[in-house]
Amino acid sequence: MNLDNLKQLSSLRARKQPCALVTDTQSGKQALVTDSVVGDLELAPAILDTVRARIASDRSGVLDGGLFVRVYSPPTRMIIIGAVHIAQALAPMAQLAGFDVTVIDPREAFVRSGNLANVAAIIDWPDDAMEKVQPDMRTAVVTLTHDPKLDDPALCAALRSPAFYIGALGSRKTHAKRLDRLKDAGFSAAVTARIHGPVGLDIDASSPAEIAVSILAQVIAVLRAEAA
Amino acid sequence: MTPDALTQLQEWIASGHKTALATVIATWGSSPRPVGSHMAVRESGDFSGSVSGGCIEGAVVAAALDAIKTGSPKVLEYGVTDEAAWEVGLACGGRVQVFVEPVTA
Repeated sequence: MNLDNLKQLSSLRARKQPCALVTDTQSGKQALVTDSVVGDLELAPAILDTVRARIASDRSGVLDGGLFVRVYSPPTRMIIIGAVHIAQALAPMAQLAGFDVTVIDPREAFVRSGNLANVAAIIDWPDDAMEKVQPDMRTAVVTLTHDPKLDDPALCAALRSPAFYIGALGSRKTHAKRLDRLKDAGFSAAVTARIHGPVGLDIDASSPAEIAVSILAQVIAVLRAEAA
Repeated sequence: MTPDALTQLQEWIASGHKTALATVIATWGSSPRPVGSHMAVRESGDFSGSVSGGCIEGAVVAAALDAIKTGSPKVLEYGVTDEAAWEVGLACGGRVQVFVEPVTA
């Protein structure tokens, strides 16, 4: 690795731009691949196609010819609706697990009073905020407010997005009512089946932190099942 | 939170240290760290990040110090499939290949 490549790589990662570093492990020569290619390693067009396909599917590994491809993808995102108690535990836990976390809540007092100093926050209504964050297939959306005014617009936006995980806090009864409202809003049962509700793995969690563990575990389980 | 290995690598270089980077390039069976995992090493032997659950880090650091000295990259392999062939094993029974490269100006 030379310093130029390392600096370029850091700058790409800081800008959250997907890229790959391709290494000839015999010679140590390398090429940094984005839309363009830089570095002292020459890549044949067919190899370059393979590398770009690997960037798209976030798959690092050794190619048939022996070159090693390390794909750098922006972190998986988690969008949390509601700066509530569970969010105060879930946000830092998810950050530790490598997620890029954003909390959405229009209630500034909730965002400020919570222990969320190190978490990105959008103080706005979920429909506008979801427009800004644009969940993609590497995004998990978790609603925690218990308040249909806040949760439902976020769930609608999430259901219209390719988010890999959608979870909604609430009991079975609350969730049944929620599904009725979403049906009235025009979402079929097949679509609303994407929502994990009640949210989280069933580990009999009771405290906010325990519930956060069950949610994060479920998000990871879904993420890894998709990757497998 | 602790900075990731690549960030640490840059900080060390910025403060004038000689460094090397170790990367998991292939795994077989159960192995603790996925392909792409990085470990940064500086000439003092300090390291940041990991390429296993702590089983082979010592050996990889030694190889990294060697890479800093020689300026040449190297592919290392660790596992328990053939006890005679490996000095350092993985308790989990897996096998990993690690690429170690010096960071050059």
